[in-house]
Amino acid sequence: MSNQANRGAKGDILLEIKGLKIEGRADEDWIEIVHGVDVTLKRGEVLGLIGESGAGKSTIGLAAMGYARDGCRLSGGEIWFDGLELRGASDEQRRKLRGHRIAYVAQSAAASFNPAHKLIDQYCEGPVQHGVMSRDKAEKDAKDLFRRLRLPNPDTIGYRYPHQVSGGQLQRAMTAMAMACRPDLIVFDEPTTALDVTTQIEVLAAIRDIVEQFNTAAIYITHDLAVVAQMADTIKVLRHGHTVEERDTRTLLSKPQEQYTTDLLAVRSYAREERQRPENEGPVLQVRGVDASYGTVPVLFNVSFDVYKKRTVAVVGESGSGKSTTARVITGLLPPRKGEVLYKGQALPVDYRARSKDQLRKMQMIYQMPDTALNPKSRIRDVIGRPASFYLGLSGKALEARVKDLLRLVELEPDQYYNRLTTELSGGQKQRICIARALAAEPEVIICDEVTSALDQLVAEEILKLLQRMQDEFDLSYMFITHDLATVRAISDEVVVMQNGKVVESGPKGEMFTPPHHDYTDLLLSSVPEMDPDWLDHLLAEREEMARQGRVLKAADN
Amino acid sequence: MDRVFITIAQRLGLGVVTLFVVSLIIAGMLETLPGDFCQAFYGQQATEKTVAECRQRNHLDESFIVRYGIWVKDAVQFDFGESLSNKRDVAQVIGVRLENTLFLAGFAAAISVPLSLFLGILAALYRYSWYDRLVNVFTLTSISFPEFFVAYILILWLSISTIGADGTPLFPNMAMVNVDTPFWTRAHMMFLPALTLTLVVVAHMMRMTRAAIINLLASPYIEMARLKGISNSRIIVKHALPNALAPIVNVIALNLAYLIVGVVIVEVVLSYPGLGKILVDAVKFRDFPLVQASVMIFAATYVLLNLTADIVTIVSNPRLLHPR
Repeated sequence: MSNQANRGAKGDILLEIKGLKIEGRADEDWIEIVHGVDVTLKRGEVLGLIGESGAGKSTIGLAAMGYARDGCRLSGGEIWFDGLELRGASDEQRRKLRGHRIAYVAQSAAASFNPAHKLIDQYCEGPVQHGVMSRDKAEKDAKDLFRRLRLPNPDTIGYRYPHQVSGGQLQRAMTAMAMACRPDLIVFDEPTTALDVTTQIEVLAAIRDIVEQFNTAAIYITHDLAVVAQMADTIKVLRHGHTVEERDTRTLLSKPQEQYTTDLLAVRSYAREERQRPENEGPVLQVRGVDASYGTVPVLFNVSFDVYKKRTVAVVGESGSGKSTTARVITGLLPPRKGEVLYKGQALPVDYRARSKDQLRKMQMIYQMPDTALNPKSRIRDVIGRPASFYLGLSGKALEARVKDLLRLVELEPDQYYNRLTTELSGGQKQRICIARALAAEPEVIICDEVTSALDQLVAEEILKLLQRMQDEFDLSYMFITHDLATVRAISDEVVVMQNGKVVESGPKGEMFTPPHHDYTDLLLSSVPEMDPDWLDHLLAEREEMARQGRVLKAADN
Repeated sequence: MDRVFITIAQRLGLGVVTLFVVSLIIAGMLETLPGDFCQAFYGQQATEKTVAECRQRNHLDESFIVRYGIWVKDAVQFDFGESLSNKRDVAQVIGVRLENTLFLAGFAAAISVPLSLFLGILAALYRYSWYDRLVNVFTLTSISFPEFFVAYILILWLSISTIGADGTPLFPNMAMVNVDTPFWTRAHMMFLPALTLTLVVVAHMMRMTRAAIINLLASPYIEMARLKGISNSRIIVKHALPNALAPIVNVIALNLAYLIVGVVIVEVVLSYPGLGKILVDAVKFRDFPLVQASVMIFAATYVLLNLTADIVTIVSNPRLLHPR
């Protein structure tokens, strides 16, 4: 490589950010969102930036490229990249650095690849436009990198359009694209957050290999401490645009100095004891031999499980495994082709339109995205009041009292929130409103569809604890759809593992978390990152060993 | 590609149904209008007898169903009958006019489509700049004036006030073309109507181009392109435009249809012998075959242009053209 020669020795300082301040526009005013952060990154090193949403991780990562999103501006400090101060540099100087010497890997490769062009065209655009190499050479190089990143069919995959390639593969293709000009620095912005755990492993391993092979420095941004522990030499914890602490990975994990870091470390430890099925009592909800399809495409095959009173059944699996489709069948949104759904022993009409008001009332849902599950134009009193008046016929003073009770239940100050618009709330508060809305109907079963996956981990844990308290207080049964096994461990009694529309294994939580497992359960369980910085190495070694013995654990996606 | 052919076949089939329904509606509406061709033709002086004879001659004494049935039977064989007023074959009467209309529409489209794409892309590239504001103000102004007013202003500026010593203006204010007019003379004569139409349609297409592109500029793949160090103009043309094509093409199709079917006022103001004028006259005289034939052409224009827009939408979108 032409720029390999002047790449400098490992250990030289490549990027130095001093007192970086960034402002964001709020209506007419500029509000400071990053308050003087310093970053020092040496060649060949990986720095992890971790924090919750709003901590300023992505903003700082982009600032390392001299870039600020629309509505943000770099308002203070210095950004030195290999002898050039980026804040003072001209647009043209910065443009020439981007993609060429500093590259970026975005959170969602599916959204960040242009849907109108083939992967190879998008790969070659950078090197050709920056004059690093010819189109022919770039194409050859692309295939070589695709191979190194262990993409299937490396010679032909580039000639596909982004929508024809799966998420995990796209994320690796984007890493290859970032490598195209052999940059000195790559900014990874939550590259695995949108992926299933099983797919995440492959992408993490591929990223780590390639960064090591080319001695590239990297900034790795994530909200998941266990993930960054596998990737980074140094970890910087951020909160509200301030540095909380920065230490080398092992020290930070073993001896965190700040309370906030300790909280982040403890985040996956919440768990409760599993409860046995109640005796002398039939299940509240039964799904029996359900087959379903979207149009002519079959998606569910003979799905069966039971949910008992005051118990939580966690339904786990990768995206596309049929978890949410099962919920649609249960709620009557998607009539099954075969099988039935029983409520306390009685078959429910397959179509929700044929169900009685009481049948509808007893089963409520809480959704993954509180942002889209709430009408942005309505006020909280109406959101929560609607089911209370529709199902229970409350009105006037009684309705108001009921709504305020519910707000109190979900730990929101009634007088403060009663009249507010849903858009004025944070993600966690919105999810609390969704919970209150579900409770307003006085249901017996609540289907929770990935209710915590759009939330920050600390907030998610609060929500799980809240749901648990509600179950204890109102004898609720939960069907809990999730892909996150930490969540399963936290609140479930029974687990149903789904893959490709089938139930592959089911049973009490304790049993499911102790071997021997079904291969797929094993894959899911072992793919959950742990705080141990050696976890990924051990796991990969273990899987290689198993593969040698003929037992291959691989996500469908790879 | 299969998908494209299936779409074309389906749409053409639906198009035929559309034409049928339109013809029925038009026939019904003509029927409900007071008076008929014979009354309109002979006017106030008509005696009962002449009108009755005229009706018999033109089969107007038959019932509506019978007359409509005969028309449909002939129309499916592409025989649109003869005009009631001058007894000439409808296809012949309309043929020349259709050619004129298509020429004018094509002329106006050849100016306005590239112009509005160009202006729209530049406006997106330099959005919120003085250029952007100027283009917006100018195009909005031209669309806000009634088209006859635009036509008169153009006549004043580019024709009357440019009459030189030899008595000929820069551009003629009458577009009296006929079959034998040579191409360039024709283009010269038709410049004012074409320019009028351009000014009327450019604003819509240009603003759609600008909006569709700007709408995409917030998407993650545009940010990605920026972070790859791609230049601004390349981002607009290579990354935003292909994805913005569908809405733009749909607006273009609607405007092209307008250029063919909606230009009667411009035709009258600039004395241009197009289809619009024929239709107005035919309705006035209750000349049923002529009205039906012109309306069929207008309806077919909409069907075909929308079909074209849909095909471009499919072809420009890899997700539709190459399903997983």
